[in-house]
Amino acid sequence: MNINIQHKPELVCPAGTPASLRTAVDSGADTVYCGFQNATNARNFPGLNFTTAELEESIAYAHDHKAHVLVALNTFPPAGQFPLWKDAVDLAYKLGANAIIVADMGVALYAKNKYPDLRLHLSVQAGAPSVEAIKFYCEEFDVKRVVLPRILTIAEIKSLKQEIPCEIECFIFGNHGLMAEGRCSLTNYATGLSTNMDGVCSPANFVSYQVDVNRNLNTELNRFTIDSFSCSQNPGYPTICKGRYTVAHRDDPYYAFEEPLSLNLADLLPELIAAGVNAFKIEGRQRSKAYIQNVVSSWRNAIDTVLEGGTVNMDHLLSLTEGHKQTLGAYETKRWK
Amino acid sequence: MDTIQGNLTLGPILFHWPAETKRDFYFKIADESPINTVYLGEVVCSKRSPFLMPYYAEITDRLARAGKKVVFSSLAEVMTQRERKITEELCHDEKYEVEANDTSAIYHLRKKPHRIGQYCNVYNEETLRYLALNGAYHVVLPAELPRNTISVMGETAKTLDVSLEVQVSGRVGLALSARCYHARSYGRVKDNCQYVCEHDPDGMPLKTLTDQRFLCINGIQTMSYGYLNLLPQIPELMEMGVTNFRISPHSLHTDTIIETAYSILQGSISGEQAASIVQSLLGDVPCFNGFYNHAAGYEWSNHDHSLSR
Repeated sequence: MNINIQHKPELVCPAGTPASLRTAVDSGADTVYCGFQNATNARNFPGLNFTTAELEESIAYAHDHKAHVLVALNTFPPAGQFPLWKDAVDLAYKLGANAIIVADMGVALYAKNKYPDLRLHLSVQAGAPSVEAIKFYCEEFDVKRVVLPRILTIAEIKSLKQEIPCEIECFIFGNHGLMAEGRCSLTNYATGLSTNMDGVCSPANFVSYQVDVNRNLNTELNRFTIDSFSCSQNPGYPTICKGRYTVAHRDDPYYAFEEPLSLNLADLLPELIAAGVNAFKIEGRQRSKAYIQNVVSSWRNAIDTVLEGGTVNMDHLLSLTEGHKQTLGAYETKRWK
Repeated sequence: MDTIQGNLTLGPILFHWPAETKRDFYFKIADESPINTVYLGEVVCSKRSPFLMPYYAEITDRLARAGKKVVFSSLAEVMTQRERKITEELCHDEKYEVEANDTSAIYHLRKKPHRIGQYCNVYNEETLRYLALNGAYHVVLPAELPRNTISVMGETAKTLDVSLEVQVSGRVGLALSARCYHARSYGRVKDNCQYVCEHDPDGMPLKTLTDQRFLCINGIQTMSYGYLNLLPQIPELMEMGVTNFRISPHSLHTDTIIETAYSILQGSISGEQAASIVQSLLGDVPCFNGFYNHAAGYEWSNHDHSLSR
């Protein structure tokens, strides 16, 4: 496949800690994204994210190595708590972040008015999959890049690219959420912590593992059973949209939303580049340093190989995917829906 | 002292009922109910949109003659060319007020007077202020907002001359997806779904492997299994500045729930009475008010938080 591109696509990699940020940069990331240790970002997990001092040092490290840093401020501040998000925008600007990733209109407006030279990216949490929704954010808040929801086919991405005035960033590898991002309160219904406001999805302090009378291991979120595993199976993390349930008209339990799969678009990389995608995003700020090293260097190699006209073999990444199973998600065909 | 009037609203029918059933339901609302505002239009699935088209003229006519305000709600998820076109046409229809349920609708409605629906993310005073300056004069708050957040929104709304609405009854939409889970449960995909969602006029219950009643599937939407019941909180919500109270329609008992909410507004029954009336209608389907109490959404608490202030 001959690829005609105006500029080289960017590899955008996750960093949950300063150590994984350095690892990502050393492994060939063009850009890393990270967040502060509070509810201002959508991966507000214990032991994860950056203090002010850590972010300052990390941005310096990245910039010394010609890499960019994006700060995710992609949750929705509940009324009365907006100052925390304002402070985070101020800090990200002051520390020299190359862009901030926002979802809330109020946060976007604050950043645009106060720091007109601060680049804004629209988070996947803003849930903007259509030309009009994306144009709205570009025209109202001067958004320079949109992170697309994982629900579009390549053909749809290609046609979108021609109609919107900003760059496109797509997820290519990692956790494959099934619900429209930024519009899911399943975790809050089950636990009282909100994905949109608190930045958590299936929080670990509500997860438990129970052995039942048949010696099966049940995974639970708060009091709700999400899945069950025999002793020979590797139990998955209890995420509501990846659980097994029963309905009246089916005899057996089934994955009502989706099987536990990871997104891996290695096979579609040439087509995605040709479609005009500006940046490829790897999910996983919660992942280990070793994982980051392996995944980032593999994708660095893959993108470079494709740009040089070669073919990629990334079968070894399968072992790093959830349940060792992978999917092309919505990207390949509408049959997914 | 000025008394502020509370309004009862009927949210859009979220389920796929036969068109004639919907028509007859709205006729009954027009003729018999104390509802002030009726939201029409398909919000969940664009494939369902055409069915009620032939009936809208007689429905809107009957509702208008009964003195009800009619608003059209836009689709909550807009992706395909067809969905974009449906949304654009609705937003440019000058005849009725429109409620935006996604950002593409706001794109078409900005700088014109419009309403914002509960599927748009309006979580804070800054976003509310921005949307008000952009033409929004009525906003339905997301169902997951807790009491103290609603209270701050109420304060802000008063200064902006924006009216606020909160859903007080019915199953709550918790998530949207591009995939149709109703079709999936029958081994189908959205494009050849054969409208299997028609089997479940109040959603398809999903149980956990340990037989807990957990969620409900409604096409691309995932809903609570329990029914939200904030009827007892209506007086408290009014004190906070919320003026509109949404009853989300179901196939059974909607009329009685409307009557009960009306009695609360009139002050003729207590919150406790309203809670027990609704629970007895629903039988073993649980009510919940957890979001409001800043607890897990599914939880129900009889504790009156207004007393502990």
